[in-house]
Amino acid sequence: MTHRPPQEQAATARAMGHVAYQHCETCGARAAFLRVLCPVCGSTDLTVHHSAGRGVVYSTTTLRTREGARDVSLIDLDEGVRVMGTVAGVPPEDVAIGLPVQGALDPEGGDEPRVIFTVERDG
Amino acid sequence: MADPLRAAVAIAGVGDAGIGEAPPGSRPLDLIGTATVAALADAGLTTRDVDGLFTASAYYGMPNLNVGEYLGIRPRFSDSTNLGGASFLSHVGHAAAAITAGLCEVALIVYGSTQRSDGGRLKSVAEAFPDEQLYAPRYPITQYALAAARHMHEFGTTREQLAEVAVAARAWARLNPDAFARDELSIDDVLGSRMLCDPLTVRDCCLVTDGAGAVVVTSTERARTLRRPPAVVLGFGEAHWHRNISQMADLTVTAATDSGARAFAMAGLGPADVDVLQLYDAFTINPILFLEDLGFCAKGEGGPFVAGGRIAPGGALPVNTNGGGLSYCHPGMYGIFTLIEATRQLRGEAGDRQVPDAQVALAHGNGAVLSAQSTVLLAADAAA
Ligand SMILES: [Zn+2]
Repeated sequence: MTHRPPQEQAATARAMGHVAYQHCETCGARAAFLRVLCPVCGSTDLTVHHSAGRGVVYSTTTLRTREGARDVSLIDLDEGVRVMGTVAGVPPEDVAIGLPVQGALDPEGGDEPRVIFTVERDG
Repeated sequence: MADPLRAAVAIAGVGDAGIGEAPPGSRPLDLIGTATVAALADAGLTTRDVDGLFTASAYYGMPNLNVGEYLGIRPRFSDSTNLGGASFLSHVGHAAAAITAGLCEVALIVYGSTQRSDGGRLKSVAEAFPDEQLYAPRYPITQYALAAARHMHEFGTTREQLAEVAVAARAWARLNPDAFARDELSIDDVLGSRMLCDPLTVRDCCLVTDGAGAVVVTSTERARTLRRPPAVVLGFGEAHWHRNISQMADLTVTAATDSGARAFAMAGLGPADVDVLQLYDAFTINPILFLEDLGFCAKGEGGPFVAGGRIAPGGALPVNTNGGGLSYCHPGMYGIFTLIEATRQLRGEAGDRQVPDAQVALAHGNGAVLSAQSTVLLAADAAA
């Protein structure tokens, strides 16, 4: 099986506003940090998928800098993988662990596309 | 059967240099040299006796070559294992293996930094991880803040309990004339200081200082013939599970669960046997996590455990008796100073901060973003 380099696949997903993850066809383990092997069992029988972007905040902090305060969070996606992200649309202090969120392409991402998260109001 | 590495080697000498603010113009290698001279003099040895060299650095890509050249040491065994701040505790274990295998006889473990004189910027070997870099976490405080926030969420740990760790460290530092930060500090002071990365304020974070430390390790047999009483290495263990915080499976459980279990198993000891602890406190959440993961209290109980001055002078469990990274010094990587203070406590030479009759000490190092954990158990010769 030939694969494109993992970081290229991750970048492709990102440009579409998606988080890519790998699924191990041998043991079922998943990881959002794309690699050439499964970090659980070592298998190279992997498939790459795009997450639907729904998840919950696993942990969160407000980083205070001279430019202002902004959120940095870890998001547990419904597909069972964790990613770093930022929750936009609410004051960073209001981002709480357990909050349901939805990821999408950052409209202000510029030439470095990234996924950002907004609070899912209807849960 | 006892582990053949149990009590095989001992710390025979310790030294430090440039703690706080180094003499103007000093380079890291100058501090490393001064700390080395002090540690070797402490042991009654010279650079000519050293045949094993252990160091790690954020300044030098091939630090053993720079340090070996500067000190005039031509080692026959050389190790630059870099696990961040945990490196130097791992070096003790690696030195024990090398000495026991006959690959070297006198090991020098040394580290130095001029981080404060450099302008306070953390000299870091951290490389960008694209999956995280897009969100510009401020390395490493953001990562530790995420761990603290999760611990608070799962177990009800409070900011006051985090502050207890900083206040205890400061109270110890006030007994240590060499500590960099010795002003009075209260829980309210910590809570009211500038918030950097919620829930961590500037007083929940370690100092930014200069400093160097050196430790001389040799066989316990030889150490008994040297100048100072040996601090016998009863056990050690190391473990690392991740590099990037998004890859840490559970932000409330560190690999200290493994490193500590390995060290205690080798030593044939348990937490109840430990008289004094030196736990790498880069941030106030760290000692709470390590007290849990090393078995001094149950998971989740670290916050209540440190409350009420329990780890402060006069408390039931003395932790970070030099003042720790929070109040003694923190020159980029702090791990080596846990070994130096543990040794001074076991020798009974810690002055006003001396823990009475300290026989067994635990030193614990942490590297990167709760990534690497390394534990060393030391004992006075009579208790070994
Ligand atoms: Zn697998």
